[in-house]
Amino acid sequence: MTASPRAIMVAAAARQIRDGDVVFVGMRLPLIGFAVAKLTHAPNAVGFFENGLIRETPAKGFVVTMGDGPNVSEATSATTLVDVMGMLQAGRVDVGFLGGAEVDAIGNLNTTRVGAARLPGSGGGGDIAAHAKRCVYIMEHERRRFVERVSYVTSHPSGDVTLITTLGVFALGNGSPRAVSLHPGVNERNVQEATGFAIDFAGVVQTAPPEPAETVAIAAADPNGFWTNEGA
Amino acid sequence: MTMHDAIERFVHDGDRVSAACGLEARIPFAAGHEIIRQKKRDLTLVGPISDALYDQLIGAGCVRAVEAAWIGNVGTGLGHNFRRAVERGDPHPITVTDYTNLTMALGLRAAAEGVPFAVTRSIAGTDLAAQQTVFAPVADPFGGEKLTAVKAIPLDVAIVHVQRVDDNGNAHVFGNLGTTHESVRAAKRCIVTAEEIVDAKIIRSQPNATIVPGFLVSAVVHEPGGAHPAPVLGVHERDHAFFEAYSEASRDLAAWAAWRMQWIDGVSDRAAYLRRLESRP
Repeated sequence: MTASPRAIMVAAAARQIRDGDVVFVGMRLPLIGFAVAKLTHAPNAVGFFENGLIRETPAKGFVVTMGDGPNVSEATSATTLVDVMGMLQAGRVDVGFLGGAEVDAIGNLNTTRVGAARLPGSGGGGDIAAHAKRCVYIMEHERRRFVERVSYVTSHPSGDVTLITTLGVFALGNGSPRAVSLHPGVNERNVQEATGFAIDFAGVVQTAPPEPAETVAIAAADPNGFWTNEGA
Repeated sequence: MTMHDAIERFVHDGDRVSAACGLEARIPFAAGHEIIRQKKRDLTLVGPISDALYDQLIGAGCVRAVEAAWIGNVGTGLGHNFRRAVERGDPHPITVTDYTNLTMALGLRAAAEGVPFAVTRSIAGTDLAAQQTVFAPVADPFGGEKLTAVKAIPLDVAIVHVQRVDDNGNAHVFGNLGTTHESVRAAKRCIVTAEEIVDAKIIRSQPNATIVPGFLVSAVVHEPGGAHPAPVLGVHERDHAFFEAYSEASRDLAAWAAWRMQWIDGVSDRAAYLRRLESRP
């Protein structure tokens, strides 16, 4: 069976987590990515959630929000926002996950407003970008979202940024934007047509599809495919 | 006290209100719906995040200003009533002050501690920092490093939903706490809505869990199911389908009006809401 584009993104996200990392997890696909990392190569990763949770095991079942029972149940610690995000600000978080409506060539994210359209806002995004040693963004790869300069800077990263999209994996923030890997079936033209800034493709490889252990872990973390079955 | 009386007595037109300390959990939807039924006006809603409750209060015309980190519907994304108010002034224009979760929590904590501002390393290099009424550059007086000052965020009323409370308002909270400590202490008045009223001996048997000390509390409301559709640890899960149905209904004004009649204006109180919920086909 061919992996869905979202399953490829989740596996790529999981691989950004090193064993022992403190991870600012966030919502949606990163929740599954954290679970997959824990179940495969990073059993000692620690997960932070801005509502005040610290977890060392994957959620105990399907969750939509970080405050759902299965994400609270068997948490290591249920504490306060200031406690968890204070430790983030103090530099204790190795990798943080984010998303946005717009991203630019230097890794700024916009989740506040695009033209006349009002979006929900920062949430914890602005804090995570400012303080995590490395950031990983997960986004739909569309030209209207990948712009030379975002129209509003909600989140400004201080460290390196890895951008995982529906088309590939990219490095931002340190020199010119660079393609690290393209997902199976995606070519350079597909990417450049969907991107509003120039990308350096030197040395690009194909994104490795999920390995069997990752596929098993994705099925365990998202049993009904709510997050990972949709196409790109 | 009944929810009706608590809202009537302690939430006034023009108040600065926070019903958002749990972010997604323990959101006091029953209290918010009573605010809508009583047609409170010109409220300033303070976050950080109230899942979809603030979207409903905005759509009902109760709100003049929002100060928050995130306004929408957490499971589905956009808040359609929030968008209509900001983009089209419908039902009337609102002002928005944007925070991050940490800067909002620190501002609430500054108010709770009675100091005029907090300091942070967040938001440097962002457009949020340009909001000069609430953020300002400040130098470390001991070393000169540039930081950002966050103006204290005081509240008139904090509304929190908890698992259990005694008659005097001493409340046990279980699960993630968000800004519960800071929001309650930043407020002049606090309304506690609770799944269960218990004997003070039970509260005192586990004082570490007493997140809300009763002397800060103006009203205790026994309101089982008062956070639905938000989750309450140990009581019930999040009702994802209910949030999704609200998201769909709130896309257009007619459907939102019908939803509001079905779940807010067309029920007298939370008990009636829960009966309607149980009798759904």
